Amino acid sequence: MQVDAFQSRELVEQLTADIARLAPTDQTYKIMHVCGSHEHSLSQWGLRSLLPATVELIAGPGCPVCVCPEHEIREAIAVAERGALLLTYGDMLRVPTRQGSLLDASTRGADVKLVYSAFDAARVAREQPDREVCFFAVGFETTAAPTAALALADPPPNLSILTAHRLTPPAMDLLLRSGEIEIDALVAPGHVSVVIGAESWRSFPDDFGLPTVVAGFEPVDLLLGVRAILQQARDGVAELDNVYKRVVKPEGNPRARAAMDQVFEVENVWWRGLGELPDTGLVLRESMAAVDARQRFGIRFAAAEDELPKGCQCNRVMLGQITPAECGLFRTACHPMQPYGPCMVSQEGTCYIWHQYGGQAA
Amino acid sequence: MCLAVPMKVTAVEGDEIVVELQGVTQRARADLLPDVALGDHVIVHAGYAITVLDEVEAEATLGLFDTLGMPGGSGAGGGDAG
Repeated sequence: MQVDAFQSRELVEQLTADIARLAPTDQTYKIMHVCGSHEHSLSQWGLRSLLPATVELIAGPGCPVCVCPEHEIREAIAVAERGALLLTYGDMLRVPTRQGSLLDASTRGADVKLVYSAFDAARVAREQPDREVCFFAVGFETTAAPTAALALADPPPNLSILTAHRLTPPAMDLLLRSGEIEIDALVAPGHVSVVIGAESWRSFPDDFGLPTVVAGFEPVDLLLGVRAILQQARDGVAELDNVYKRVVKPEGNPRARAAMDQVFEVENVWWRGLGELPDTGLVLRESMAAVDARQRFGIRFAAAEDELPKGCQCNRVMLGQITPAECGLFRTACHPMQPYGPCMVSQEGTCYIWHQYGGQAA
Repeated sequence: MCLAVPMKVTAVEGDEIVVELQGVTQRARADLLPDVALGDHVIVHAGYAITVLDEVEAEATLGLFDTLGMPGGSGAGGGDAG
């Protein structure tokens, strides 16, 4: 019932009328979201077609699978090639690297399987106590919290964790400061904010002057977010707003935050195609060494400077500099059956989503 | 990864819960949501319940439209959504 209300045609029409009234007439206004699921909703529901031509809603670096660097995927492959059973979220299996994908490794005999939940890794490890089982843990704060819970729930001794978690607010902060991302306003990710809290986005209005709104995933949620942003722009203010209060609290989920803090520490990490971003990744604390796959298997690969295949413009897509349709490889040399770059693999990748739903022009 | 709709809690068994959506049930972990109760609607992410849906806030968000829909509302509302 709740969900239906947030998909209401009547409310959508009301919101789009408000948005049309609030939209600037003489210049383009660029709003970025940083969540693959936001992109999915926008595209699936065709919401861009409801926005005035002056309002651009663009996708930012919101796909954790896409930004997972090659060397961390190669670490996962190496763990599997040493005989461990490697478990990871489904999207990771086909991400291409210059050494092939995890799926390629499995065709060469490595044992790689997908799981839906971090906790499945513990269950599988308990079912196979004589075998090393490694969970390749990828994702933003929403999956980092479950990984932390897994690490704290007395994991079996044959289970280890290979982390590739990334933090969204500090990465956006750096990419805005460097000028690689140029926008007028920000839609903050809904379920990342469930974990870390709406207040985690406070610096974006305060330091960057960006109207910033935490929004959910239904059409009404997203249009509420756009309307709130345009209202701020019209009023000449930049504030932190939350139109997803039914699930996002200012402080987030305290238990999840405490678990993450107990298990992880913040470290400099690489984002595929975007380079090294200081203090934007989570790695296991020394106190968690017993479950750290990098320590157990003695595997730690260095990052490569250039991690995208030649000609791939995933980096520019993730920075909102171009749309997928502006990449010459989109739907020609790069498509879901044979993804050339990482953004065409994941269901959260902008290129994959635009391929799937036609990719309305922004 | 983040697209998750609220599911109703139909059983609580220690750190595990059973959730239901339109007749389909699944098990989820409650490690990150220790106070979850029977009948709550929760968001489940990667097999873990991460938050309880606040029905009052849901109604409040939808309630914003009542004022906006009134003559002369002209989008000046939006309420105290911050």
